[in-house]
Amino acid sequence: MNVLEIVDLSASYRKNKVLHDVSFRVQPGSLTSIVGPNGAGKSTLLKVILELHPKLAGSVSFFGSTHSKMKKRIGYVPQRGSVDWDFPTNALDVVMMGLYGQVGWLKWPNRSHREKALASLDQMGMADYASRQISQLSGGQQQRVFLARALVQDADLYFMDEPLAGVDAATERAIMTTLKELKNKGKTVMVVHHDLQTVEDYFDHVLLLNRTVVAHGKTKEVFTKDNVYRAYGGTLRWMKEA
Amino acid sequence: MGMLFSANAQWVLFSALILGMASGMIGCLAYWKRQSLMSDALSHAALPGVVIGFSVIGSKNMPVMIAGAAISALLGALMIQWIRSSSRIKEDTAMGMILSVFFGFGIMMLTIVNRSAGGNQSGLDSFIFGQAASMVRKDVYTMLALAVIVILVVFLAFKEWKLFLFDPDFARGLGLSRRLMDGIYLAVLVMVIVIGIQAVGVILMAALLIIPAVSARYWTHSFTWMVILSAIFGGGAGMVGTLISTMGVGWPTGPFIVLASSVLFVFSLVFGKEKGLWTKAMQIRLQRRELRDAVIEASTAKGRQRGGEVG
Repeated sequence: MNVLEIVDLSASYRKNKVLHDVSFRVQPGSLTSIVGPNGAGKSTLLKVILELHPKLAGSVSFFGSTHSKMKKRIGYVPQRGSVDWDFPTNALDVVMMGLYGQVGWLKWPNRSHREKALASLDQMGMADYASRQISQLSGGQQQRVFLARALVQDADLYFMDEPLAGVDAATERAIMTTLKELKNKGKTVMVVHHDLQTVEDYFDHVLLLNRTVVAHGKTKEVFTKDNVYRAYGGTLRWMKEA
Repeated sequence: MGMLFSANAQWVLFSALILGMASGMIGCLAYWKRQSLMSDALSHAALPGVVIGFSVIGSKNMPVMIAGAAISALLGALMIQWIRSSSRIKEDTAMGMILSVFFGFGIMMLTIVNRSAGGNQSGLDSFIFGQAASMVRKDVYTMLALAVIVILVVFLAFKEWKLFLFDPDFARGLGLSRRLMDGIYLAVLVMVIVIGIQAVGVILMAALLIIPAVSARYWTHSFTWMVILSAIFGGGAGMVGTLISTMGVGWPTGPFIVLASSVLFVFSLVFGKEKGLWTKAMQIRLQRRELRDAVIEASTAKGRQRGGEVG
């Protein structure tokens, strides 16, 4: 069964049509990078899939069902810049938010939830920062807190919007280790990614996007010079060196 | 001061306290929704509704006037949203337009009603600057009931508010509807405004929503404490302001409440535990001294070492 199936998805942003006839299927246990130039619609794709942005046409199904029925099995890591880190709260509190669905609306979290959140922070190497004010964390630490919040959801399918953007090498390693662990547990992860150099090392699948799907499949087969060039048009200098 | 001991005055003071607490709490929501100015626009937009509510019934009937204020404020909110979504006009401009148009219209209506027979004794003027003392027992009851509802809405869904204000997209992923939360937010905001305008007045109501929240921000890095402190500041300012305004005949309540909360704000700005100017300056001074001591210690240690070598 497909974890995610997208058929003929189209969406616009303001007046511009950003996504056009996007179709692809994702198999369980895959680690896919979504790659494409600026303005290719990568973030918009995630937002439309997660129903945060309206679609014009097409269909999205999760585990053969709808988003609202499957939302407990779906985890999301937004772009770090999408929230105000000056908000008065600490790292542990942010991770706890990942458990609010399990806690239940209008109920208060208990000690077992707290322990789960602490374990998740520990997994991201952030145990010492649990009570640290989030505005006092570095960019990489903030990203780890976001990852920990997603992990604690214990979802089967994860969407991550540029988790590796602007983080230091240690954080990048910690995040990639976590993503590979998720994959080994049979979870499916889709990551919007910017660094073409690391695609082959980090991801077993790749989705080349430029308003529509340019190519999608196993990294070894699809991440070719030709396909990357088609996705990026003439804007790519990097390929000359390869 | 004899008035302090009358039962009615005690009720008025108590309701100013509860009102201040409710608006302090809602002010925190508005602060993190980045919509502090929205509360100002909506309180001004409530005025025409109050006057129309009065002229329809022909007497001062609190529930009707509250309903009128709520409808008129909601209409203002809808129009701000409509202007923003259907034109290139930005939200702050839309709020400025709605604020002045609705307020102007309200003042015009007020003038007409005041000129008509009996209007002058209506006490409608008190809705502009607030006159807590003009409230009768029944007004106080209405106000208290609504304020308690507002406080309960914030308290019961506290973790939902925190999630929604910090990361609405993530909240949506967990199944917390943005539209629902926006709707409830607008409802409680309008409720606080309409119950506050008789005591504080439409012009200054926003101060009771904005100032306590900003002041609380200087004291804490916890959202829970920010809401609690904001409620305390708002409640305190409400009571103190009302108390002072009862010392003179016909003194309006609103300005005194605003002044009381401004005093709290200036105190917080300077001495706030987390962000206060004096606190920050002292921290830097302390760190400088530690650094200087460390440097002196290091150089004397070095000197001792060298002295040892020579000797």
